[in-house]
Amino acid sequence: MMAMPGLSDPSAVRDTDEGLAISGLKKRFGALEVLDGFCVKVPRNGFTVLIGPSGCGKSTLFDVLTGVVTKDDGRICWLGEEVEHLGHHAAYMQQKDLLLPWLSLMDNALLPETVVGRTDRRVENRAQDLFARLGLKGFERYRPHQVSGGMRQRCALVRTLMFEHELVLLDEPLSALDAITRMSLQSLLLLLQVEFGRTMLMITHDVEEALLLADELVVLSPSPMRVTKQITLKQPKPRRISDPGLVRLKEHILETLKGDMCNGQA
Amino acid sequence: MGRLRIIPIVTVTALLLLWEAACRVMEVPDFILPAPSGIIHTCFTQAPLLLRHAGVTAGEIVLGISLALIMAVPLAILMFAHPAVEKALAPFLVASQAIPVFALAPLFVVWLGYGIASKVLMAAIIIFFPITVSLLEGFKHCGKEYATLFRLMGSGFWKTMRLLYWPWALPQFFSGLKVGVTVATIGAVIGEWVGAQQGLGYLMIQSNARLRVDLVFAAIVWLTGMGLCLWWFVGYLERRIITWK
Repeated sequence: MMAMPGLSDPSAVRDTDEGLAISGLKKRFGALEVLDGFCVKVPRNGFTVLIGPSGCGKSTLFDVLTGVVTKDDGRICWLGEEVEHLGHHAAYMQQKDLLLPWLSLMDNALLPETVVGRTDRRVENRAQDLFARLGLKGFERYRPHQVSGGMRQRCALVRTLMFEHELVLLDEPLSALDAITRMSLQSLLLLLQVEFGRTMLMITHDVEEALLLADELVVLSPSPMRVTKQITLKQPKPRRISDPGLVRLKEHILETLKGDMCNGQA
Repeated sequence: MGRLRIIPIVTVTALLLLWEAACRVMEVPDFILPAPSGIIHTCFTQAPLLLRHAGVTAGEIVLGISLALIMAVPLAILMFAHPAVEKALAPFLVASQAIPVFALAPLFVVWLGYGIASKVLMAAIIIFFPITVSLLEGFKHCGKEYATLFRLMGSGFWKTMRLLYWPWALPQFFSGLKVGVTVATIGAVIGEWVGAQQGLGYLMIQSNARLRVDLVFAAIVWLTGMGLCLWWFVGYLERRIITWK
């Protein structure tokens, strides 16, 4: 099992180690060049958010990263080591909660441990603790269909954190939720990222969500996908979306995205 | 709701009374069409005889279902794991649905004799394919994202099968099995018609030849009862196992 620096040592949270480095990534589907030499750097222990218009290739990028599809070319380096994909190095959370309907919330959360055959007292305590922290206490034995969408997604978040991986890939994990639930889950994500010192890479097309969560904000343009802007946000968290600096940044990002859309259509 | 529940009871009772009345008024002879009262009478007076034959038929059905499951489950998993196997077997699956399997019954008797083996095989063959297909469809119905999730957790094929695909396919499996058990009854009886020394199907043929139509009907009543019991039992298992719907 991989060591998890940062988990025990809180001073390492803002470590500037090289985390995930993607360079020259290529993927084409027939005549469609979705990724053509895509490059991005994701600092370790940071919260990096990729934002771009729908259909720009974000999902393909995650498919390549998780090994659902194989890349045509390019390098994926995690902690300075080249890997084929991140399948064995990353936890993955998606828009759908992907809970198994026949398992209780607790058994769903323990699934990563069940699969590797390592459910002991310590693991269960950890899950119990996360349940309490995420407001799921008392619902351990409920089935997914008996609880709300927000609770299901929180349970999926516990499951994601039960993976013993430092890197967490988040594919629009909150976009299916209502505004209020999303807000509470955003603060939870922040809290957990700081506390567990995980490296987060999230896809979203919600600009405000990106501004609230990101240490590194990467703006993408479509066909083929490119990084048009990479912004480091120094503002302390938790942030308020009404912060004048963020409001200006939001305008700026929306302009950039709009400009890319026009260029893309031309 | 209470009123709606009574409706089927009323219609069935009305039909039975009409049947009874028609037989009595028109003085239909018993060897053409016995009245319901006569059939019920026979059901009880001939109970030991019926029970003996019903036991044989029930055994054939249960063995047939077991045999079908033993063949269907591994085959469905194999076809799911290797698409090439599925492609190779697809023509047989389609053909098996198109060929009237009843037409094979005389051959089974030739090959396997008058004992219960030919009937067990008949029942098994009839329900084997619906169960295989429903299980395979159930496996395929599982979302690709779930498979990705399990792969990321480091789960191999058998572990994923046990923890994900199998429970996922259970609802489809049970709907296939429910259809299957009722059809298995038909399979066993057809097998007995073609050539047997015991069983409810054999009893029906024998009684028909002796113009004991009341006994034919009594056998049908018993068969129906057995089919319903099986159907109910599978439904009971389904409700006990699938508690998440």
